[in-house]
Amino acid sequence: MSYLAKFRVWRGDADGGGLKDYEVEVNEGEVVLDVIHRLQATQTPDMAVRWNCKAGKCGSCSAEINGMPKLLCMCRMNTFEEGETVTVTPMRTFPVIKDLVTDVSFNYQKAREIPAFKPPADLKPGEYRMQQVDVERSQEFRKCIECFLCQDTCHVIRDHEENKESFSGPRFLMRIAELDMHPLDAGDRQHAAQEQHGLGFCNITKCCTEVCPEHIKITDNALIPMKERVADRKYDPIVWLGNKIRRRA
Amino acid sequence: MTELERHTYDVVVIGAGGAGLRAAIEAREQGKRTAIVCKSLFGKAHTVMAEGGCAAAMGNANANDNWKTHYVDTMRGGKFLNNWRMAELHAQEAPDRVWELETYGALFDRTPDGKISQRNFGGHTYPRLAHVGDRTGLELIRTLQQKIVSLQQEDFEATGDYEANLKVYAECTVTELLKDGDAISGAFGYWRESGRFILFDAPAVILATGGVGKSFKVTSNSWEYTGDGHALAMRAGATLINMEFIQFHPTGMVWPPSVKGILVTESVRGDGGVLKNSEGKRFMFDYVPDVFRAQYAETEEEADRWYKDADNNRRPPELLPRDEVARAINSEVKAGRGTPHGGVFLDVSSRLPAEEIQRRLPSMYHQFKELADVDITAEPMEVGPTCHYVMGGVEVEPDTAQSSVKGLYAAGEVAGGMHGSNRLGGNSLSDLLVFGRRAGAGAAMYVESLGKDRPQISEADIDAAAAEALAPFELEGGENPYTIHQELQQSMNDLVGIIRKADEIEQALARLTEFRGRIAKMTVEGHRQFNPGWHLALDLRNMLTVSECVAKAALLREESRGGHTRDDFPGMNAEWRKLLLVCSLESDGDAVTVVKKDQIPMREDLLELFERTELAKYLTEEELPA
Repeated sequence: MSYLAKFRVWRGDADGGGLKDYEVEVNEGEVVLDVIHRLQATQTPDMAVRWNCKAGKCGSCSAEINGMPKLLCMCRMNTFEEGETVTVTPMRTFPVIKDLVTDVSFNYQKAREIPAFKPPADLKPGEYRMQQVDVERSQEFRKCIECFLCQDTCHVIRDHEENKESFSGPRFLMRIAELDMHPLDAGDRQHAAQEQHGLGFCNITKCCTEVCPEHIKITDNALIPMKERVADRKYDPIVWLGNKIRRRA
Repeated sequence: MTELERHTYDVVVIGAGGAGLRAAIEAREQGKRTAIVCKSLFGKAHTVMAEGGCAAAMGNANANDNWKTHYVDTMRGGKFLNNWRMAELHAQEAPDRVWELETYGALFDRTPDGKISQRNFGGHTYPRLAHVGDRTGLELIRTLQQKIVSLQQEDFEATGDYEANLKVYAECTVTELLKDGDAISGAFGYWRESGRFILFDAPAVILATGGVGKSFKVTSNSWEYTGDGHALAMRAGATLINMEFIQFHPTGMVWPPSVKGILVTESVRGDGGVLKNSEGKRFMFDYVPDVFRAQYAETEEEADRWYKDADNNRRPPELLPRDEVARAINSEVKAGRGTPHGGVFLDVSSRLPAEEIQRRLPSMYHQFKELADVDITAEPMEVGPTCHYVMGGVEVEPDTAQSSVKGLYAAGEVAGGMHGSNRLGGNSLSDLLVFGRRAGAGAAMYVESLGKDRPQISEADIDAAAAEALAPFELEGGENPYTIHQELQQSMNDLVGIIRKADEIEQALARLTEFRGRIAKMTVEGHRQFNPGWHLALDLRNMLTVSECVAKAALLREESRGGHTRDDFPGMNAEWRKLLLVCSLESDGDAVTVVKKDQIPMREDLLELFERTELAKYLTEEELPA
């Protein structure tokens, strides 16, 4: 069942680099990450790649395979023809550190700018009561493994470094939606989603949903409802009047 | 003098899994400047892999549950070798730790009356595991991660700096702990990204580095599990206990080869899945040991009734503690009744409707679909034992989590004692929270007691640590670390694995000595910037030390108990229950010494929680209550 596969892997660092060709053994049932590991063990011991669980649960081994944002550990070799060249490159939206490893600190900065869950003032630990149907909406978003593939693919920032400051990306707009839909969160999320995190940049092309390894319906279930909530409030005549009066006072 | 960046903290936590994060939260909340140092990115620690749930006797699903029952179950699961004080604290405090997570924003699955739902698991008398489908570990890590962020936001409000009092040093590996006399003075490490050195000047270090699974070939553990904390503790002069006890989880994937070992959650069985051999027989009924006979069903009919009416029926034998199920699977495969790929069948498809399986076990559904082309709603899975957890670890003082070295603490998997010879499923996530918090509090208290009188770091120690870390670059023409690692894993798997014999363990020890020589001469290619070969070379040293502890302790303990099965000593021996095996490093070198130490007898009121007839199965005549 073994064969020699043609691999083309981006090697280099922040100063530059390029694609290098390799021939490497592939066995039955293997995924792309297995092949990268075999390269490390037999040909290129210093090839840099991030990985942890190798089971699609930690979201560390994100990269682009033939140009598609994917987890290396969940991409099986039998999805390619034996003669096909498999090209593996680092995520394009983030600066390269070395080989397949990128600097994803952008995401951790954005995470920090979203105010945390605000616990209800009147409930002590152990007193929280929520219905399953009510927690399920936010639970879908909490399935996120923070692989940042949605951030990588999102065209608002993929080739637009200039948008990074004002746009938090699908992962973190979804985090705001998750808090907004949390049955007991006491925070106010909608204004900030639009004004500070750039919800308006999203034009719902659903690229993020397409690459999500957890199959979270990011656009349909998080971003669009969030846009509706923001719009409802922004264009609600009573809220509008209230804001006017308060501003005047 | 070595060139490096220096940072000063009150508390340094090594590891960013559940225990490390909970410890850091506690230390920071007690006003201590805290650093978290982790080998991976923040939020990727091995805790995300935990699937089934977090055991806590909240009594939401069955009002009869309470901490005493949880305590009793934990001691039974560990075959009475557990540190009883740790098991007591754990059972008492777990509910508060879970409820606290809700105030951080966690969203557990709910009961019809809106409380946290609880599920059945092996060895637990009542449904006890708080869970979120089969991704509970992810919920736990994300919740704690977000709590850390919220504390950083508070600090930003107060000081204008998110990292004023709590900072995460991600992709940073600690290679050595530093001491001043008999007390911890700091930690030395390197940035994975640049290879540059970093020094933490801190009087308290909390080890929360997880386990040792990467010393075995078939394992559910990630690359990070190289026994770093175990080895760091030993090199700093601390002791390890119970290292002979390794948990082989009964259900890991067995095919395809590249995913062999990846975990299949116990929830599959908790929710009704059954184990069958190639003859279609539910073989677990043949493997109920005497000590558990009273609590487990004898017929399939009774076992099946239990899922609906647990109060009037006994539980199915598929839900025996993990060590029992793993050994049973091993025996079936050895007897020629295994599946085509050398496992047994785990079937949930004939037990639950497809939609129900997808709802309750979504990540198992995807894991099998995407990695093995198996639809678990339509066909059985093939599963077999996989190295999952080390019960052994740093010997700590139960209430404060302090090791035998001043200023050094350990919590979570890297600490020993809590789980005795075998850990119950679900008791790990609760252990992380309970003892993570206690370690954070213990360290904060210790730092407080020091006042201005802090231990000092010596420059010579820094230079020595730097030289040690760079040693693999010095030689040319030596072996590649990947080759030695693969051979080490194979040896441990084959010779100190699930079933052990004296002559095989002796062979393993001979091989470990050989590896020690080869590791001293290995070569690393390339430069210091993000170089996995170099990282592995440094981790290998830790894996070797830990493997020696496992093998030496396994050879000494002449009985079978929990995660230690000796083919040449098949029975449990009450005399051995009273004894702990304590590992330490000889002061002048790398050699591991193992000595026997007496267990502290269980406190009387805790002893009274058991029937005398049950105690008689585990304790010696003199230990039994009058």
